[in-house]
Amino acid sequence: MEPDKNGGQPLLEVRNLVKHFPVYSRGILLRKLVGHVHAVDDISFSIDRGETLGLVGESGCGKTTTGKAILHLEWPTSGRIHFEGEDATEVFDIGDAKRVLSMRRNMQMVFQNPYGSLDPRMTVYDIVSEPFRIHGHVPRKQWSERVYALLKLVGLEPYHAERYPHEFSGGQRQRIGIARALAVDPKLIVADEPVSSLDVSVRAQILNLLMDLQKKEGLSFLYISHDLSSVRQISRRTAVMYLGQIVETASSEEIFSKPLHPYTMALLSAIPIPDPEKKVMRIVLPGEVPSAIDPPKGCRFNPRCKYATDKCRAEEPALREIKKNHQAACHYAEDFL
Amino acid sequence: MENDGTILKVKDLQTYFFTEAGVVRAVDGVSFEMKKGETMGLVGETGSGKTVATYSVMRIVPRPGKIVGGLVYFDGDEILRKSEDEMRRLRGRAMAMIFQDPNSSLNPVFSIEEQLTDIILTHDGGTTKEKAKDTVVKLLGKVGMPEPETRVRWYPHQFSGGMRQRIAIARALLLSPSLLFADEPTTNLDVTIQAQVLELLKSIRSETGASMVLITHDMGLVADLTNRVTVLYAGRVAESADTLTIFRKPLHPYTLALLKAVPRVDEKVQLEAIPGNVPNLIYPPGGCRFHPRCKYATDICKEKVPPLEEVHPGHSTACHHWSEL
Repeated sequence: MEPDKNGGQPLLEVRNLVKHFPVYSRGILLRKLVGHVHAVDDISFSIDRGETLGLVGESGCGKTTTGKAILHLEWPTSGRIHFEGEDATEVFDIGDAKRVLSMRRNMQMVFQNPYGSLDPRMTVYDIVSEPFRIHGHVPRKQWSERVYALLKLVGLEPYHAERYPHEFSGGQRQRIGIARALAVDPKLIVADEPVSSLDVSVRAQILNLLMDLQKKEGLSFLYISHDLSSVRQISRRTAVMYLGQIVETASSEEIFSKPLHPYTMALLSAIPIPDPEKKVMRIVLPGEVPSAIDPPKGCRFNPRCKYATDKCRAEEPALREIKKNHQAACHYAEDFL
Repeated sequence: MENDGTILKVKDLQTYFFTEAGVVRAVDGVSFEMKKGETMGLVGETGSGKTVATYSVMRIVPRPGKIVGGLVYFDGDEILRKSEDEMRRLRGRAMAMIFQDPNSSLNPVFSIEEQLTDIILTHDGGTTKEKAKDTVVKLLGKVGMPEPETRVRWYPHQFSGGMRQRIAIARALLLSPSLLFADEPTTNLDVTIQAQVLELLKSIRSETGASMVLITHDMGLVADLTNRVTVLYAGRVAESADTLTIFRKPLHPYTLALLKAVPRVDEKVQLEAIPGNVPNLIYPPGGCRFHPRCKYATDICKEKVPPLEEVHPGHSTACHHWSEL
């Protein structure tokens, strides 16, 4: 092995990930396959060590499915996921318990809904120590010490350990979920809308906590959200998804100040800025996100795009480098430079 | 009270919920007023009382909630003492509400036509079914529904979330109310659909000249849409001023903290989180309700409730230490 194995190689590499869900006609006896929901359609990206990649898009664009497919909570239809150079798809496909468990320790998820993702009949202590029981990486004698250390790390008090989830507010529950994810010392955390169900004044607490953890523990994040403001706040790079595909990716600075895809432009201009003297020219997109069962031909964004031409309706644009470290999937991206 | 262009004046409103666990003081002495044609933002987090306050004004507080005190003047008329019959005539015609969740505020077993014409027929006995339907179809077209003539016969589940919100908006506009409450009108919608609804609300406002109360926790919406803001915290008014002043020179620590706690899409900021959580309203903190989370809090804040005082013309705040901010 070459010495710079950890230096040159990304932590996570997703190659041509596809996830289709079959759709059947109604009925009991003669259920026919009528099509597929193209939830994720051939996307590729990578995440470096200690990096946060923001994955944004509207509901139904496939961002959550992407997160779940990386962890194999949803089995990918095709495509490869490499973690530190190891083929994770193969590990899960072969299903050797030991290797699967050790792969699971690398990547953990923090879920959107802190009310649904914690077992109401378990105490916080049980919730946070359950990964120790499953993975056996912490000797039993050290469990309580580790649990208290984790609670402290996420900003909870030791006495919280004996309580049940219903005794906590949404923000505190999200902290419990984060502590549970950290219990296996993961290298990557997939955070799926971790703040969107929280109160405004509490959101900042959790965002700051995630950024602190990154600094302290050197964690990498895949931060999935529809809320562009929080994505800008937390991620170094951002990828924008539309109807199962990545349409643009660049550094967050770049994408938020000089977007090159018409969809990103519209998305950014749609968000009201909390400053009464700063007015944006709002680009209001007509219509709604089309069905992912039968996505539009050519560029999937063409029915809502004001720049669309015949070429867009016929030919699917590839995600390509428009300028250094800035990729967009638009035939006319150069015109927006 | 003589009419001085004030459309709504709320004085010391108190609405409590009498639950088994105890009395929830959801709205506990809220006062604000707004002029005709104004759009006021009623800002606050979950449990701040913003929704209950507007439900109280419309007198649609669900049980076990009860308006226990205060005065509400609508167009110079005190309405908390009105009979239920009189209120029914006011609702829809004088003031109407766009509810937060169009999924649950539209009845799933009636078509849009049935639900909306019903409102017109109830309030206007002189009209016919055909005329009412005409009005509904026209209005649906106005709020941006394609092919309103056919789709008026559809049921709520056949529409997307954005379309349902448009229907809810059309429903609120049916009787051309002079005051419109919009309770988190864009919260459950996708970003690009939010923009559509936002622009629709703006065009309706300029077309009808209606006054609007925008209930929200989104400071971006407030900046974009309102000219006055009342900030609520734990059932009380924290601060009230014109929108620019709220953003530029807030004089309540909660407003200040709220502004620093929201990430922005136009620039990266240093987020300052507000410690702690929204308080429990059965046992709210004594004195100023924000004091456990406030970095300016002193002993007086724990003991004495700060009165809402007008510190500059049109700018009121409820903080013992406002002059130090």
